[in-house]
Amino acid sequence: MSEIPPDLKYTRSHEWLKTLPDGMVEIGISDHAQQTLGDLVFVELPEPGRNLAAGEACAVVESVKAASDIYAPIAATVVAVNAQLAETPELINQDPYGRGWIMRLRPSTPAADSGLLSARDYQLLAAQG
Amino acid sequence: MAKRGADAALAAIIPLPVDSSGNGRTAESSLGRHTCLYDLAVALGARMVDFGGWDMPVAYGSQIEEHHAVRSAAGVFDVSHMCVLDLIGAATRALLSRLLANDVARLQVPGSALYSCMLNEQAGVIDDLIVYYLAADHYRLVLNAGARDKDLAWIDGHAAPLDVRQLVRRDLAMLAVQGPLARQRTATLLSSQAASAAMALQPFHGAQIGDWFIARTGYTGEDGFEIMLPAGDAAALWHGLNAAGVRSCGLGARDTLRLEAGMNLYGSDMDETTNPLECGLAWTVAFEPARRSFIGRAPLEAIRARGSEHKRVGLVLNERAVLRSHQRVIVAGVGEGAVTSGTFSPTLSRAIGLARVPSATGSEVQVEVRSRLLPALTVRPPFVRHGRPVIQLPGEETSS
Repeated sequence: MSEIPPDLKYTRSHEWLKTLPDGMVEIGISDHAQQTLGDLVFVELPEPGRNLAAGEACAVVESVKAASDIYAPIAATVVAVNAQLAETPELINQDPYGRGWIMRLRPSTPAADSGLLSARDYQLLAAQG
Repeated sequence: MAKRGADAALAAIIPLPVDSSGNGRTAESSLGRHTCLYDLAVALGARMVDFGGWDMPVAYGSQIEEHHAVRSAAGVFDVSHMCVLDLIGAATRALLSRLLANDVARLQVPGSALYSCMLNEQAGVIDDLIVYYLAADHYRLVLNAGARDKDLAWIDGHAAPLDVRQLVRRDLAMLAVQGPLARQRTATLLSSQAASAAMALQPFHGAQIGDWFIARTGYTGEDGFEIMLPAGDAAALWHGLNAAGVRSCGLGARDTLRLEAGMNLYGSDMDETTNPLECGLAWTVAFEPARRSFIGRAPLEAIRARGSEHKRVGLVLNERAVLRSHQRVIVAGVGEGAVTSGTFSPTLSRAIGLARVPSATGSEVQVEVRSRLLPALTVRPPFVRHGRPVIQLPGEETSS
């Protein structure tokens, strides 16, 4: 069964968000998502500095099975991407909440996390899928 | 932001979408049929998906690691969803001579096997299959799970008037043990007498050894066995194979292995609207002897005489993207085709595929991948054989 850390926020499109001590927000995909996608083989990342609208497609993860868009969960600016994923996309499979992080964002507005799911709510969503 | 879109959002993939090809449908479902190894697969942690109406394991862990295990050592697949049909009676050989585009007369020795297409009157492929010659009045067909019902109806229509008995062997399970170490690791589980008989099998030959029918066949491009055995024996054999160092593998790895081996998948690379001459299977059509009147012969001869409009090619992509079925193939100055099977090749670490293209297609094409046109090279499959690349990869000067 998939792991859903209680201290993270989630989206209906299976991204997770972690607010870092400096106010930045780290994004990745859930354990449930990586299990369902299967082995990841390519990841396309946005350029740091890019401004994202909430809900904008900003990265692509491609597995043996399918390619999927990753959406910006909040309006934000890209401050960093996980460059290791270019050569080792399997980090997302191996450690989706750690070394498999995808990007770090600077939120455009403070505390704009309405619409995000708690771990418990995401668990219910994942259980249906 | 003109970000090119992916195939789908994660939310659309979870649960997995239904593949529009109708083949290897990946919607998660609990309505499908189960093989006798279903409970074992679930207990081993397999992800189950719907495959031709059956709930089958797509992978037990990492699909890519399962793929590598078969290329470098040994893996075992549950292929019990495939339909084993025994045909019994004096007229069976005559029936198969009519039903199959390949010639059962090539089967001279009991135990020998033949790969063939079964064609309709228009020379479209109803299914591809393996036929084993067991005895003068006893042949065994292995049919695709997804084509089973129409195959059985088609065969029955031709067999019934000939007094050929048809026996669907629901009592048998089928395990494919594949890889360079597959035969020797399987042999460690057999009695010494059975092991000797199994190890003596030539490629594309099988033998009834006790209650088991063991054949040196497969769908991976590696050596190995396909074993048909009483369903009640299957779980114990699986556990024994695992203990002997044979890795549990799902149908996901089976697909990447067969694609690297350049083998067609029925329903993706061919169907009733394609004939064997345009999907790379001309070598399986026995036009000689000319007097053999197999179904589909006349239209095939006409196509052969005027030349086929399409051909099958292998594709290799050098970009960091993955080929997938239904992607458009653009051939400059010639026309268009389509990818019929595509994947990420774990052995070559790049995208490969099979495509149906105009016959005049040369060595370079473009493939539309997520709104981008990417250059691809056409090659003659297979891509990988016995663990080694057999094509020259872009950017490499020589290849073994």
